[in-house]
Amino acid sequence: MNFTVALAQIKPKLGCLADNGEMICSVVERGISEGADLAVFPELALTGYFLRDLVPEVALRMDSPLLTRLLNLSRRIDIAIGFVEASDDYRFFNSALYLSNGEVLHRHRKVYLPTYGLFDEQRYFARGESIRAFDTRFGRMGLLICEDMWHLSAPYVLAMDGATTLICLSSSPSRGISEDASLGSTVAWQKLTSTTAMFLNCRILYCNRVGYEDGVNFWGGSEVVAPSGNVVVRGKIFEEDYVVGSLDEGALRRERIFSPMMRDESLPITMKELRRIETERSR
Amino acid sequence: MGLKVNAKLLRQLLVGFIREEVCKVGVRKAVLGLSGGIDSALVAFLAAEALGPENVYAFVMPYRTSNPESEAHARLAAEQLGIPHEVVEITSMVESYFSRYPDADNMRRGNKMARERMTILYDQSAALSALVLGTSNKTELLLGYGTLFGDMASALNPIGDIYKTQVWHLSEEMGVPRAIIEKKPSADLWAGQTDEQELGFTYREVDELLYHMVDLRMNREELVADGFDPLFIDTIYHKIQNSHFKRRLPVIAKVSNRTIDRDFRYSRDWGK
Repeated sequence: MNFTVALAQIKPKLGCLADNGEMICSVVERGISEGADLAVFPELALTGYFLRDLVPEVALRMDSPLLTRLLNLSRRIDIAIGFVEASDDYRFFNSALYLSNGEVLHRHRKVYLPTYGLFDEQRYFARGESIRAFDTRFGRMGLLICEDMWHLSAPYVLAMDGATTLICLSSSPSRGISEDASLGSTVAWQKLTSTTAMFLNCRILYCNRVGYEDGVNFWGGSEVVAPSGNVVVRGKIFEEDYVVGSLDEGALRRERIFSPMMRDESLPITMKELRRIETERSR
Repeated sequence: MGLKVNAKLLRQLLVGFIREEVCKVGVRKAVLGLSGGIDSALVAFLAAEALGPENVYAFVMPYRTSNPESEAHARLAAEQLGIPHEVVEITSMVESYFSRYPDADNMRRGNKMARERMTILYDQSAALSALVLGTSNKTELLLGYGTLFGDMASALNPIGDIYKTQVWHLSEEMGVPRAIIEKKPSADLWAGQTDEQELGFTYREVDELLYHMVDLRMNREELVADGFDPLFIDTIYHKIQNSHFKRRLPVIAKVSNRTIDRDFRYSRDWGK
């Protein structure tokens, strides 16, 4: 089915749930009034990224009023958004939700929590335990959060699980200045989204935030990538933006006929070899 | 060579940094000390672009023995930008203190001057509702070539992650006056002083080593294989190690369950 996605390249305020919530709801309203079918927000859109000891303070339970408000809005537009989730047993997850028609269609808890370089996620968050595709009114999709995408297995599993659209919510910091006209992180991500789309014959909806936290910049550049690996539309670098892309079912069908890599992918061979490797490694 | 940077992109990133991080605090203005050297000139150019020239206040703070050329270059930069600027002599303040300790050496005098200047900047920042911008570059910070709570103090430092070599490059892009870009770097604490003479190597040499050592994380063996002099490597390594205390907050004795900065951890931009 053809649909229109709005990537909300926002600038959250660190730890300010109420302010961010208002801002996000007004962007959702814009999506509704301009006729988008799906609004995608960045990783930790409701809270900002370098939360550290704020994590438990800004965590929301699944029945929180703010999420209920977003759920109500999702009767008019699908929403994918990142936030800090508090579980009943007081674990905190870097989570993403896909909301549609007043329901939580899917919840993804970030699996790969980076702890190298400037990242410190595993110190504050509990690790997600599953990577699963889910059905939406626009076809089968998968949700990933930032670092998840850097582990080949994560998008692979989603594609094997039938996803044809991968949504990636991101808070990617700017780093790696060189002679290039783009930052190292920008170049790396653009290669990654394009290659992943091509390998898996999937569309990628990548939403990255902007703004600065403690001097660390987030570069934006949200994009819709076609299954061919070509960029359909891309957001501004460094600035807030609202990017609208159209997804054409025909383009997906044609790409999957042209390069049927996912059709030919052998799950039994992969499983056999992975089991062998697992056994050999644990010896 | 990895020290080369895309100056346009760097400019955009740093201008955005000043604009956002200043405004987050709830002010729109910045103050900085203009020494006549390239680092503070570059920061003034970045700040004027970020906040508008009328919102950047420059203070030129010469001492009795300062080279008159320094003040002239500071004025040159301020006038080119059209930023408000003022000269505040620090001679009487520094002299009054050292009249009690006439035997104090150059290092003590230099440190006192640097800290005297910073007290003025912080006082002016309060008077003007402005933030103090730092002007130490990455080379100086790594080598510890600066005065703690003096020139190393600031609320925000836009150039602390770029090497001196990159400061030169970005200054060209920003249009810093040629006379300032081309002169020999100097702390101007006594007549004829130059940084490179005092340090014993050039900025270009040390930046090359620092980049390979710090940014690329090459070990000693790899650095030697790359042609760096082992003695030079060791000297710089020890400089970084011995000056590390200057790059950290004062140490707090831990007694409670949550100690500031150790297990009481929040970003500085908390709630902004």
